[in-house]
Amino acid sequence: MVSSYFKELFDKVNQGPLAYILITVHVIAGTYLVYTEPRSNLAFLVLITSFMSLYFFQADVRFKLFVGAVLALVIIPVVGVRNIFYLEVIFQISVFAALALGLNIVVGFAGLLDLGYVAFYAVGAYLWAFFGSQQFYVLHYAPGTQPSDLPFLLPGDAFYMFLLVGVVIAGLTGILLGLPVLRLKGDYLAIVTLGFGEVIRVLANNLDKPLNFTNGPQGITPIQRPTMPDFAVDWFNTIFSPLVGHPISPADMYNLMFYIYALIVIIVIIFVTRRLDDSKLGRAWTAVREDETAAIAQGIPLVRMKLTAFAVGASFAGVMGVLLAASRTFISPESFSFMQSIGVLTMVILGGSGSIPGVILGAAVVTTLNLQVLQGFSLYLNELRQSDAVIPVINFAWKDLSTQLDPAKYQKLFFGLILILMMIFRPAGLIPAKRRKRQVAPEESK
Amino acid sequence: MALLEIANITKTFGGLKAISDVTFSLDKGRIVSIIGPNGAGKTSFFNTLTGIYKPDSGAITFNGKSLLGLRPDQIAARGISRTFQNIRLFADMTVIENIMVGMHVHYKQSALAILFRLESFKKEERESEQKALRLMKYVGLKNVENELAKNLPYGAQRRLEIARALAADPQLLLLDEPAAGMNPQETEDIIQLFRNIRDKMGITILLIEHDMRVVMNISEDICVMDYGVKIAQGTPAEIRNNTRVIEAYLGRGAVAGQHEEKMQ
Repeated sequence: MVSSYFKELFDKVNQGPLAYILITVHVIAGTYLVYTEPRSNLAFLVLITSFMSLYFFQADVRFKLFVGAVLALVIIPVVGVRNIFYLEVIFQISVFAALALGLNIVVGFAGLLDLGYVAFYAVGAYLWAFFGSQQFYVLHYAPGTQPSDLPFLLPGDAFYMFLLVGVVIAGLTGILLGLPVLRLKGDYLAIVTLGFGEVIRVLANNLDKPLNFTNGPQGITPIQRPTMPDFAVDWFNTIFSPLVGHPISPADMYNLMFYIYALIVIIVIIFVTRRLDDSKLGRAWTAVREDETAAIAQGIPLVRMKLTAFAVGASFAGVMGVLLAASRTFISPESFSFMQSIGVLTMVILGGSGSIPGVILGAAVVTTLNLQVLQGFSLYLNELRQSDAVIPVINFAWKDLSTQLDPAKYQKLFFGLILILMMIFRPAGLIPAKRRKRQVAPEESK
Repeated sequence: MALLEIANITKTFGGLKAISDVTFSLDKGRIVSIIGPNGAGKTSFFNTLTGIYKPDSGAITFNGKSLLGLRPDQIAARGISRTFQNIRLFADMTVIENIMVGMHVHYKQSALAILFRLESFKKEERESEQKALRLMKYVGLKNVENELAKNLPYGAQRRLEIARALAADPQLLLLDEPAAGMNPQETEDIIQLFRNIRDKMGITILLIEHDMRVVMNISEDICVMDYGVKIAQGTPAEIRNNTRVIEAYLGRGAVAGQHEEKMQ
């Protein structure tokens, strides 16, 4: 078969110095392409897929860490400043990867189908949106009627504290929601969480009266950003300006900063997830997923374990919500629609439910498909439409092509197709979850 | 004092009396069987004992303390472990992880110790891995610690379930048809294993079993149930000759014909 042929080929190159060379070549080629063609989507795809080379090829962990750090901390910031759209894509990938990792704990580890996960993201986002904006002083004004000279409630630097507050509050919301709901199983749980997700969105939409907490459908803006440390600005300018080719504007600097923050949050989340997974907690979650009756007979308190899963998953979304509110300086209820929950669930299932590298890959694939591949394809078709080009053989002029056939409009169709194909050909996901192999140390003599 | 004391428990589902006024006591260190035709209420009895069902009336005391109103996980933490009639392993976890889940009630590490990989956490993990390996050896599983439970052959799955139940260091082990589907050699081995568990580990065993070779061979006491009622209790010899028991298993005519059968 074709797939086994590729697997053999891959195994053949994936060893010894060849793997190192391939990783390096991939990274350098990607960087070169993006550097010379800053507008090309294809070049950028080559660059970000080098993370996959880094993951799949066998090499020393230190080498991988080094290359990964160079990619994340030098190459991507530089090409990101040259074309800020790339940085936006990477930032969104990080945000969704964090959400997918959080949902992975609930769905992948503990096996609780949550269709309203984005609610916790909204909780985090609105938390900082309220305290980090003028909203507190707007409470008594109807949306749109407030005077323009209101002060801010908290200084921008309170953002850092609110990253932690976001974790706690979202976690508590998870517990609060979980308490009545987690006695339900399977389909019932899915329906109730779906309802909860909608409740939060509708609340955000309608809590503009009697007291104006959320500013209704118009959303809250401006939301403060933390101040950037001076040394970081200098540092960035001295090191990166020559590489970028022009001085870095404050706006770009902020984007870079949020990219770095998102990266830090992701790393912490991966760290926490891995450690929890490899402990009695992770084992208990998996046991609950595999067989509730057997799990409870081993002394695992079902409700408490499910609540912990809900709380941990929710807290990841909460912290990303705070980060999102600050980076966007604007949030509105429509960012937290049901489709967002489904989107995150798609990432988890596509990548591999229960698998940490899997769900990150899932987030990357879905986000780039969304932002780059389909959009890029649409742009390309548009260009063709404006030209005089004709499809050969059938003699069809591109400019007669209906705009209804715009690929970007078929996003959900593509998702649907991807999910169906995955379920048929690779139900465990792109990178299926693997159980860790344990090397048991010989017994210590007593 | 008896280890387990059950007084007049009744459990009904709709109009059906699954367990009807059953009184039963079990002394420490014994091996006792519960037998009875299909649908006699044996598994319901186990489920009531382990807290999956709440009895409508009656009292259950274990080690002098009432188990009524406790959740199944709390009852497990009190020292009652069980296996299931239709094996219930954590199919997608490895063998060693299955056993480590069985030790759940004994883990003491806090979330902080887990997150920061403190020495105490590592030590506990290492010790539980070693204990799991010891238990695997004890029930006769070799070199399969990293296999997924679902990939084990049937007999090995049964053994793994027993190892998982033992991992909690229970005082009382409930086994639901442990010899079902086993060939004579496997049955012989597993009888030996149960004796060993009682003799070496000092664990009291209560088992449901249909295989009379096992029941008569291993039990010191047998409790017979039929239609939710306990109809007899006694030594294997007593039970073998109890007319109510024979009636329950073979019907009324069998008691009359028993004499002729013996003649043949």
